Amino acid sequence: MAERWINAGLLAGLGLVALWAWAAGAPFTVTLATKVAILALAAAGLNLALGIGGLVSLGHAVFFGIGGYAMGVLASHAQAYDPIFTRPFVFEGTKSMPFIWLAAIAVGALAAWVIGRISLRTSGVYFIMITLAFGQMFYYLAISWPAYGGEDGLSIYVRNGFPGLDTLDPIQFFGICFAILLIVLWCMARIAASPFGLALNAARQAPTRVMASGIDPDRLRLWAFVVSGAVTGLAGALYADLNRFVSPTMFSWQVSGELIVLIILGGVGRLCGPVAGAALFVVLEQWLGGLSEYWQVFLGLLLLAVVLAGRGGIVGLLARVPSRG
Amino acid sequence: MALLIEQVLNGVQSGVMLFLMAAGLTLIFGVMGLINLAHGSLYMVGAFAAAAVASATGSFLLALVAALAAAAAAGALVEVLVIRRLYARDHLDQVLATFALILIFSEGVRWIFGSFPLFLDIPAALSGPVMLGPITYSKYRLALIGIGLVVALGLFWLTQRTRIGVQIRAGEADREMIAALGVDIGRLYTFVFALGAALAGLAGALVGAIQSVQVGMGEPVLILAFVVIVIGGIGSIKGALVGALLVGLTDTLGGVALPAALSLVMDLSAAQATGAALAQVGIYVLMAAILFWRPRGLYGHG
Amino acid sequence: MAEPRLSLRGVTRAFGALRVSDAVDLDLRQGEIHALIGPNGAGKSTLIAQICGALRPDAGRILLEGRDVTAWDVPRRARAGLGRTFQVSSLASEDTALQNVMLAVAGRGGRLRVWSRALGRGDLTAPAREALAQVGLEGEAHTPVGALSHGAWRRVEIACALAMAPRALVMDEPLAGLGTEGVADLSALLRRVKVRAPILLVEHDMDAVFALADRVSVLVGGRIIATGPGEAIRQNAGVQDAYLGPVS
Repeated sequence: MAERWINAGLLAGLGLVALWAWAAGAPFTVTLATKVAILALAAAGLNLALGIGGLVSLGHAVFFGIGGYAMGVLASHAQAYDPIFTRPFVFEGTKSMPFIWLAAIAVGALAAWVIGRISLRTSGVYFIMITLAFGQMFYYLAISWPAYGGEDGLSIYVRNGFPGLDTLDPIQFFGICFAILLIVLWCMARIAASPFGLALNAARQAPTRVMASGIDPDRLRLWAFVVSGAVTGLAGALYADLNRFVSPTMFSWQVSGELIVLIILGGVGRLCGPVAGAALFVVLEQWLGGLSEYWQVFLGLLLLAVVLAGRGGIVGLLARVPSRG
Repeated sequence: MALLIEQVLNGVQSGVMLFLMAAGLTLIFGVMGLINLAHGSLYMVGAFAAAAVASATGSFLLALVAALAAAAAAGALVEVLVIRRLYARDHLDQVLATFALILIFSEGVRWIFGSFPLFLDIPAALSGPVMLGPITYSKYRLALIGIGLVVALGLFWLTQRTRIGVQIRAGEADREMIAALGVDIGRLYTFVFALGAALAGLAGALVGAIQSVQVGMGEPVLILAFVVIVIGGIGSIKGALVGALLVGLTDTLGGVALPAALSLVMDLSAAQATGAALAQVGIYVLMAAILFWRPRGLYGHG
Repeated sequence: MAEPRLSLRGVTRAFGALRVSDAVDLDLRQGEIHALIGPNGAGKSTLIAQICGALRPDAGRILLEGRDVTAWDVPRRARAGLGRTFQVSSLASEDTALQNVMLAVAGRGGRLRVWSRALGRGDLTAPAREALAQVGLEGEAHTPVGALSHGAWRRVEIACALAMAPRALVMDEPLAGLGTEGVADLSALLRRVKVRAPILLVEHDMDAVFALADRVSVLVGGRIIATGPGEAIRQNAGVQDAYLGPVS
């Protein structure tokens, strides 16, 4: 099967499940589909750095959490009618999604730039450990910040608004998240097919060739990391809006690990790998979670089997092409 | 002044316990080139084994033996079943497979022991304070420092002075050479992994007596141990010791100094919570600073 | 006489007490193949690393078309026109031959746009196809490099170097492992290439070296002990002692 048909099928399937659930009056299933779309978006961000760039970031929860807190901070100030700061100019919170998204993208990109500048000085196993450590650092920063709830996190009473839509209606909020996912995946496809994507892909496999071609691989990696952080930050804002809640657990190392797991289950470096992985993850969580409280034991065994049997994930299995090495 | 000495001792104590974790990790990485996220699970296994045996027999010594044995056995089993298939794989596969092991261990232990924390009592012989010149200090914590330093000396002796240490160091330098020496690599790797696991289990049991024994106790320590290794330089036992002491002292002293400083600007309970969390942040700032200065860590090479 | 495309002046590098490059002077002139030979451990690899920018010399200067590039890193030297091929494949093995060569085209112009298509638009593909045609591989453009024969990926390496429109080329054992016929083919290709960019050739195959090279420099213990036309080097008694062994 050609990968583009699998991709179309996956995305259409996600949209149809949500529509069907809406028509059948099953709002919880619509919410689950929304969760799939948002997790897929977060993992799509990581996929650029990890799948194409080969950067095994075990700290992408930083960007997910920071996007969540961007939403939480802006919305909590807006709902309390309390400006975030008043000098040198008055900066008000907002309950408008587009502004929140912009803020989440900006802080995600900025955090990724700073963390990338430090982490990319190293490589391999150091990079993994350092990104993991930065995740933990942000986790403790969030806990230590009593103004925004500390360990308890922040609740938002009413979901943020989008002009012309009722975001409290599950299917409309799904529509927003799904549309963003489609736009971002389209952008990712373009980036992957661009000269930048070509060079980033080559930098994963053969950095000396890239350097001998006159390109600095570390610059490629830094930009990939920044874009990746921005996308995952945007997903974090949406996720916080889905739950109307943000807490330090969004920064936890488990989230970072799960984002990688999503990509691996779906297929590393493949455009819709994150979508397939997120869908599988949410289905497993619901199905196995219904069978046993300890469903993660089975998730662990499945993951172990996928890793030991060789990668390629669902999309790779469907496409029956050799997996990436 | 007495307070400062006490806090420095606390820092050293948490540092040597971190060293037990970090030493195993750094050996496993140095010899086998493997990043093992499940090392924190072995710490947890040691703590649970100790708590179970202590409550059944009432003997702390038997509990420690059980912790060492259970963690070493779990380590050897995991090495034979899973880990050995990962040596030739890239780091991403190692991260994923050992992440999967965390899920299995954590939820498996929760399945067996439930979600409530267990408690492990400090043995009577080591409870209570001891006079150290001008200050009184916990006898048990002092014992932890002693045990940690003895283990550190033992590891230096093992790696520098024994035949197996020669093999370990040769394995770090060149896998083919060690095979040419006629060493059974498979057995050496299983031994190193089980040794690292036993150290982690020992740390889990020892620390379990001053904190509670619960699922998820291993991962925060694991991440700190990673920070230790990154600071010290991967593969270096000496680096692990120096890094562990630095991290332990930063954490403990920061945990005292920051709340005190913050209490000047906020109320006491908020200052306590914020300061303790910020002390944790200080560890990562320390790591970032050292990395910026030396990307391969203090004693890293290559 | 025209300025050399590439020149080394007093390039010196030591590891501890060991001088791996000892006041090396070397010129690569327009239109020539200049072979660098020497026994194992003579310091060829470290000299190449210094020329290409992977290793900084302790002293001395490296000039590319008269410009001092000693302080430049690898990518910057590459953009300035220093092309190279590697002893072991440096290619991205999952990517096609064309993609590998396109990378070189992209690097040359700094054309790393995030938003334009790499494939399809002519600005990268046309020069890349042209470079592949020059090494006789236009038919393998869409084959993943990992699936190509040993000889073919050597050619892709050369196509990558050519696609950069280089002013000078450094080739590290391009003939190794090729077999008689492969050596002959690739030698013919190198003779065509040298007209466009002179080649500094590191090679172990002595027959090929003396057949190909316009000049030969002999590196022993980090020092250039002789430079000259192949025949003169062959007859040079000092070189014979140090390296070639007695002529039978």
